[in-house]
Amino acid sequence: MDTIAFQGLIGLSLAMYLWLISAGLTIIFGVLRIVNFAHGSLFMMGAYLAFTFYGQLGLPFWLAILLSLLGVGLLGLVMERFFLRRIYSIDEAYQLLLTFGFILILDDAVKIIWGGVFKIPPIPAFLDGAWRAFGRPFPVYNAFVIAVGLLVAVLLWALFEKSWWGRIVRATASDREMANAIGVNVPRVFSGVFMFGSMLAALGGAMGTPVRVASPGIGAAMIIQAFIITVIGGLGNLKGAFVSSLMVGILSAYGTLFFPVFELFFIFVIMVVVLLVRPQGLFAR
Amino acid sequence: MTASALLQVAGLRKRFGELAAVDGVELTLVPARLTAIIGPNGAGKTTLINLVTGALRPDSGRIYFKGEEITRLATHHRVRKGLSRSFQLMNIFGRLSVLENVLVPVLSRLGRTVDPFSRLEREAEARAEAEQILAEIGLGHARAHPAGAISHGDQRLLELGMAIAPAPALCFLDEPSAGLTPVERTTVLDLIRRLSVERRTTFAIVEHDMDVVFSLSDWIVVMNRGRVLAEGPPSLIRENREVREVYLGEDALA
Amino acid sequence: MVLILVVLPSLAGRYSLYLVIQILILSVFSLGFNLLFGYTGLLSFGQAGFFAVGAYACAKILLAVPNLFLGLLGGVVIAAAAALLLGFLSVRHTRIYFSMLTLAFGMMIYSIAWKWRDFTGGDDGLVGIPRAPLAIPGLPALSVASMERYYYVVLVVSLLAIWLMYRLVNSPLGLALQAIRDSESRAEFAGIAVRTYRLVAFTIAGLYAGLAGALLPPLENTVTPPIAHWSTSAEPVLATLLGGIHVFGGPIVGAFLFFMIKDVIVRFTEYWLIWLGVIVVALVMGFRGGVVSMFARRAARAEAASDR
Repeated sequence: MDTIAFQGLIGLSLAMYLWLISAGLTIIFGVLRIVNFAHGSLFMMGAYLAFTFYGQLGLPFWLAILLSLLGVGLLGLVMERFFLRRIYSIDEAYQLLLTFGFILILDDAVKIIWGGVFKIPPIPAFLDGAWRAFGRPFPVYNAFVIAVGLLVAVLLWALFEKSWWGRIVRATASDREMANAIGVNVPRVFSGVFMFGSMLAALGGAMGTPVRVASPGIGAAMIIQAFIITVIGGLGNLKGAFVSSLMVGILSAYGTLFFPVFELFFIFVIMVVVLLVRPQGLFAR
Repeated sequence: MTASALLQVAGLRKRFGELAAVDGVELTLVPARLTAIIGPNGAGKTTLINLVTGALRPDSGRIYFKGEEITRLATHHRVRKGLSRSFQLMNIFGRLSVLENVLVPVLSRLGRTVDPFSRLEREAEARAEAEQILAEIGLGHARAHPAGAISHGDQRLLELGMAIAPAPALCFLDEPSAGLTPVERTTVLDLIRRLSVERRTTFAIVEHDMDVVFSLSDWIVVMNRGRVLAEGPPSLIRENREVREVYLGEDALA
Repeated sequence: MVLILVVLPSLAGRYSLYLVIQILILSVFSLGFNLLFGYTGLLSFGQAGFFAVGAYACAKILLAVPNLFLGLLGGVVIAAAAALLLGFLSVRHTRIYFSMLTLAFGMMIYSIAWKWRDFTGGDDGLVGIPRAPLAIPGLPALSVASMERYYYVVLVVSLLAIWLMYRLVNSPLGLALQAIRDSESRAEFAGIAVRTYRLVAFTIAGLYAGLAGALLPPLENTVTPPIAHWSTSAEPVLATLLGGIHVFGGPIVGAFLFFMIKDVIVRFTEYWLIWLGVIVVALVMGFRGGVVSMFARRAARAEAASDR
């Protein structure tokens, strides 16, 4: 029984990385109607920048994370402003291909800059150690990740449901032309949303480095997970993304416990079934 | 079921959320009578066409074509049975040539599109027929142009050509004259008139232009709020008070 | 062109032959992909799944029965059957949902290749696959053990596949697929059973992927799970984009360019993918017709100029 509860806690912390990366993907899709294949690579960039600022330059942990967010946000801004924006009007297949080109560039750039090996910065002292949970040591850092993930969920909810900025973005998402007609600067909203989504991915990556290591393949692995989650939750559905992150995170924690061999397979089965039976996502109204 | 009916629609309903777009339509179309379906915006005309041709499934009601029920039949099967349409918004094969646009429905009718090895140039029968259609709609000169690159008026003509290419018994035309210059409009109307005589096709058009409606049609069906309000020959419809109030009245005032 | 390919073994060394075989395999793979993308309008991100099914099926057969003919045939048939099955489900969607479904199916096949140790050898893959003799029933068995002999097998099979695809896209069926690409609803009203035709295109694309995959194990003598990964699915996408999606020969030219770019850049730096990425971005931003149509346009302009 304790094993099951403990594994659930592990799953919860895993779910938070998934949540952070799929939240950005979902927001970008919801507003721009673009599936950003390179979103996993932005997660990876966040991880590497955090490693450099914190592990190499020895900046304070918080500052390091903040700087990685800004760095990746800037990268996202460039991607949107100078590339994606020019091809919104054409077939969406080309948008997929363009972001795929970004993957190739970013993945190799990482190898050139940081080399092909794993990078693991130390866990900051104030988050090191473990608490006892269900009779086992549960790392404080994992608890920190869970806290940050939940905090982001609350902040996003407040941002989109309660703030003026959120209303503008939602208006743009539901009807661009109408938003344009009432004086919203749609291109600027697009840039802002893309940048914001990139920063959420970077936050996941940056927080992940001390425990999940930064490696060149991490982007490709994360984007697939993020696709699974956004599909299950419903493309463009933020609440759905949160719930399905929890579901996939916890399921794969139990999956590795009970049927380690076909964990990946079953997750793809879920994705396929959702696409076939409820393409609008499990949690759509 | 009326013996002479080409198409019969009974109790047809379709809701979109709160809106009953088609709300219990009863309609009979008879062969060789050019029918115009009119009504204000949102009256359910296009939804009706979508239901009859199979682009949408009705919530309830039945559709009979040539005495056979087709309510749940897939679109392409309806086309095979002789039911065809054009679209309100331009809908052509943009990257294919003008000739190929007409060739596709002709090949399909001849059952030739399943052949993966024959060469298109050797499809003599289909090509001859497609050329014939291009000649009828006056686009022979543009046969090799990509359909997406010809003028809007020519695309409208091409739409008409594609709609008649399956050699339909009944062909719906959804606003065939929309967005055309007066000259182009005359061409299209003359063409519809000529085609309905020369081919054994019965046309049913949805149209907003009352001049077109009254000059072209033998029979007028007036729709309002998802129902058939009145139907009859143009002379009677013109005199119908109810129709004038909901529809013609608005037009006359505007 | 074909003549050069035929006499190539007497001119070029083993490495060049190996490279040309790879180009031919990617050409066949990409042609199948482009039947789906360029001609039918469906962007699949799961073609590597069928490539892997072809490769693993061929490898298993060759390990059991040393006959290349059976290996290739088995690879093609089993991949086509897999494509028919998964295609039946996939073609219910179009656009992004179709891409996501095919991605998921491809990754399911990847996870099977990776995890089903007893059958696929897990991450070690299958090793020691023989370049078995080609024994077509009714004909004497032919040894293809040398690189040169195997090159001719791949050449003949690929040319046949290219020719068949050329006939297909220029047939009434090919025209119907292009009509579906341009307008699904209009194609329905032309009397075409759109979903069935999409399934046909999907199955043929899977068959071509399977054929390409089946040609690989006798060349490499091994098969490993990464060939089923989605990044392998990206190879025909990139090759097709490089060469041009709206020209029949685009995928073939693209496959050639793909390996040339790789071969040239790898001489200077191990980081060739970054340059491929730069090229992809440049192509999408500026030359969506691909290289072939770029030259076709230039040739047409030159012709027009000389007419004057």
